[in-house]
Amino acid sequence: MHSEPEPPALDPDRIKVIVATDCGSTTTKAIMIEEVDGAYRQTFRGEAPTTVEEPFADVTVGVVNSVTELQELSGRRLIADDGTIIRRTSIDDADGCDIYISTSSAGGGLQMMVAGVVREMTAASAKRAALGAGAIVMDVIASNDKRRPHEQIQRIRELRPDMVLLSGGTDGGNSTQVVQLAELVAPAKPRPRFGGAYQLPIIFAGNSDARTEIERVFTVEDDATGGFDLSVVENLRPTLEQENLGPARDCIHDVFLEHVMAHAPGYDKLIDWTNAPIMPTPGAVGDILQTIARTQGINAVGVDIGGATTDVFSVFDGTFNRTVSANLGMSYSISNVCAEAGMDQILRWVHLDMEERELRNRVKNKMIRPTTIPQSAEALVFEQAVAREALRLAYQQHKEFATTLKGVQQQRTVGDVFSQEVGGSSIVDGMTLDLLVASGGVLSHAPRMQQTAMMLIDAFEPEGFTTLAKDSIFMMPHLGVLSSVHERAAMEVFEKDCLVVLGTCIAAKGQGKPGKPCFSYRMSGGSTASGDLAYGDLVVVPLAAEETAEVEVTPARGFDLGNGPGKPITRTAKGGPAGIILDARGRRLELPEDPVERRQAVTRMVESTGMYDDLEVAPNGA
Amino acid sequence: MAKAYTPGLKVAARTTHRARRLLPISGEVRVAVGDVVAAKDVVAETFMDGDITPMNMANRLSCPAGDVAGLMLKQIGEAVEKGEPIARSKGIFGAFKTEVPSDATGTIEQVSSVTGQVMVRGAAIPVQVRAYLSGKVVEVLPKEGCIIENDVMFVQGIFGIGGETEGVIHVACSSHEETLEADAITPEMKGAVVLGGARMTAAALRKAIEVGAAAVVSGGLDDQDLKELLGRDLGVAITGSEQIGITVIVTEGFGDIAMAERTWRLLADRAGRTASVNGATQIRAGVMRPEILVPLEPGENENEVDPTLAKEAGMLDLGTTVRVIRDPYFGLLGEVASLPAEPAVLGSGSRARVLEVRFPDGATAVVPRANVELIEG
Repeated sequence: MHSEPEPPALDPDRIKVIVATDCGSTTTKAIMIEEVDGAYRQTFRGEAPTTVEEPFADVTVGVVNSVTELQELSGRRLIADDGTIIRRTSIDDADGCDIYISTSSAGGGLQMMVAGVVREMTAASAKRAALGAGAIVMDVIASNDKRRPHEQIQRIRELRPDMVLLSGGTDGGNSTQVVQLAELVAPAKPRPRFGGAYQLPIIFAGNSDARTEIERVFTVEDDATGGFDLSVVENLRPTLEQENLGPARDCIHDVFLEHVMAHAPGYDKLIDWTNAPIMPTPGAVGDILQTIARTQGINAVGVDIGGATTDVFSVFDGTFNRTVSANLGMSYSISNVCAEAGMDQILRWVHLDMEERELRNRVKNKMIRPTTIPQSAEALVFEQAVAREALRLAYQQHKEFATTLKGVQQQRTVGDVFSQEVGGSSIVDGMTLDLLVASGGVLSHAPRMQQTAMMLIDAFEPEGFTTLAKDSIFMMPHLGVLSSVHERAAMEVFEKDCLVVLGTCIAAKGQGKPGKPCFSYRMSGGSTASGDLAYGDLVVVPLAAEETAEVEVTPARGFDLGNGPGKPITRTAKGGPAGIILDARGRRLELPEDPVERRQAVTRMVESTGMYDDLEVAPNGA
Repeated sequence: MAKAYTPGLKVAARTTHRARRLLPISGEVRVAVGDVVAAKDVVAETFMDGDITPMNMANRLSCPAGDVAGLMLKQIGEAVEKGEPIARSKGIFGAFKTEVPSDATGTIEQVSSVTGQVMVRGAAIPVQVRAYLSGKVVEVLPKEGCIIENDVMFVQGIFGIGGETEGVIHVACSSHEETLEADAITPEMKGAVVLGGARMTAAALRKAIEVGAAAVVSGGLDDQDLKELLGRDLGVAITGSEQIGITVIVTEGFGDIAMAERTWRLLADRAGRTASVNGATQIRAGVMRPEILVPLEPGENENEVDPTLAKEAGMLDLGTTVRVIRDPYFGLLGEVASLPAEPAVLGSGSRARVLEVRFPDGATAVVPRANVELIEG
């Protein structure tokens, strides 16, 4: 009947039952995907605490516990007597699965240091490669990062990365500077996190002419610190006009598996169990988002806001970018959000009276006891205000990072004389954004979907027509790995079970005066409605989930909804629990300076969306 | 089952504590199994590679990188003093030679023929690890460090700043509910671990630093005061390396909050005894909380049972003492009155598993299970 895990036989037609896990820092989440009536569906889920740390110190314990929950719920035997995951030998077997795959961010994920010659060019490309592979970039060292060499060396010594990505120079160009950089990194002897005799992996993805010299620099003889393990891959910036991140990203994944994962407790076993390489969790999320954007021909942004960090992923015109805002999060890092944004910026989203000294203490208490949840309506309103600022700051960082290549010579015409753009402009464009996907506790567990939708709109300020959605149970990592094995299954589950469409935001770009006309709309199809919006208005038209409506919008002069200023546009909008949100508050979204007017504007927004209706507000603001 | 798991901070009258004392890199361990050590004793030491000073010699000699090696007056492995000439240019027809002095004292480690860089490695930096906890060495980890064991009174705080220190416990407040004000801090508290009560004020902390106290332990602290003390807004709770001249431990949380009475009583009863204190806090995976350790005499507190052994640690049960750790009841102590199995809708509109707490005045409140912690021990 059953058999031991055997070498993967990944014929997509024979894959009917899939088990996938995501080993997070605190929780290991398992899902089962099955082919039901010719379509793949996510059928069961289970979770258990992650067991990387003492007293278990073996990740597979948590994996088995979470899969055992799947087994109990599904009635399908998945765990063999020897504690491994059962694979089916025949499609008729009632027990076992056809493939088992996993992602991991346990133990702090993948932590990298990146070095490049010029900060805005090769170093930026190297950072993109590392982030795209799912890493946390601890620091970027560049020849022109304004630190003196001994300061750079000191910094390298302080860091304890899992690996280092070194780049610099275009192929055939000057190799002196990249060798110079290597000469800073090598004697600094960065100590890997795993200590002992662990050889620190160095990936060189720079000027191909410099390879011999780089090998010389990193060849350390008789070194008690363990020395380096050098991998050489194709240049990630072969010419200034071209970025080639694939080989470096693949190498990062290989090194992650061979070195980093192999040193984490129990991963040697887990690597043997899986049918596809274990991926860093954010890398897998990036993969599924790229697959969706490619197969549907859309631009998409995904965000995952956690307790410590916020990840933003984007695909615009096929170009993928990911950023990690390391200290923007809702529990461990909540205090940092308040410090970076400023309490005034957070409180501008609040329509209730709150006392700053008390709030400051509450924020710190959440930081030191990160697992608590808001009990009162006031605490929820405040937490969602903090989330808006965390998301806004993370997206701002993302926009600044996701740019066209810098350092590229551009043909300029007479018309460009008056343009201020000099290359390196952001490719993130709110107007061409089609899909905005939310995940992470504060967004996915908000008591009402309208709250999630409004947090997304206020933080990301989408323009024109944008579908808003959330990841139902944070399934995107599992589907990311699955897409590398069985793309159709991943896409079908993504659309049917993973994505919960909240509704559509229709927002006008431009600035105006409060009360003056902004745009008019006419809806037909799943819902019939029409009306005019003045600048500053926010109107919600209900449209149920699974329904769509044709929406024709006509902007007033100076406002744009996707067809150019003042030009009407008609598009299909998807419904959902948050409905169709018509937003005439302007882009950029600026709340009134005057505190009384601002409070009125936010109160109007809260009332028109009904997002906090019927919640009890304690008289003392407790 | 009317039980649930909720972790809490450990406060134990007597427990056997093991302190792992490890070097950051491999080195020499100075103790053997069975040795009895004092808190200040060095148990392991090593040397870290000295700082590197790079010198762009090709530039400074105005010569090609490949020529640098031939112009060096000092060779790889030779010791050099800061200011001592280490390279000389050829000059023009033997004249106008330029000498380049070393930017640092150390050893020439590398001369690159590709980039023309010279690396001077400074003297090795000694790294010492002290025992921190007085007690007996029970295990030696070769080249890494050792494990020291002792029976201690153990109090975990919720948040701290500053690193390891030790001092004699000096009680500054008359009860666990008294705010620690500046006038309670006296010059006799130099080098002491000062025990406050409820919130500690910024003025009290400034005074404690002024008199040279080793540490202050109290129930609460205002975030605004913490900001003033650090000179910055603390963003992430990873602390321990602050150099503010004192170690601070908050046992309960931020704001006006009294120290748990039992914690205060345990510490106050040990006035005059030496305590090892560490403010280092890390609230991430692998959480680390600040701690106060008071080594005990043989037989002392012997009848006190280690709470982690006394029952299933972390189990919430009817009658268990808990502290509410989030508003609107933040800081209040009470006991579990009921543990409904079904999730309830909170004032925020969220559904969550809850419990009912009965406060000492008899009033009850329903709070999410995530918002209470056990008072262990």
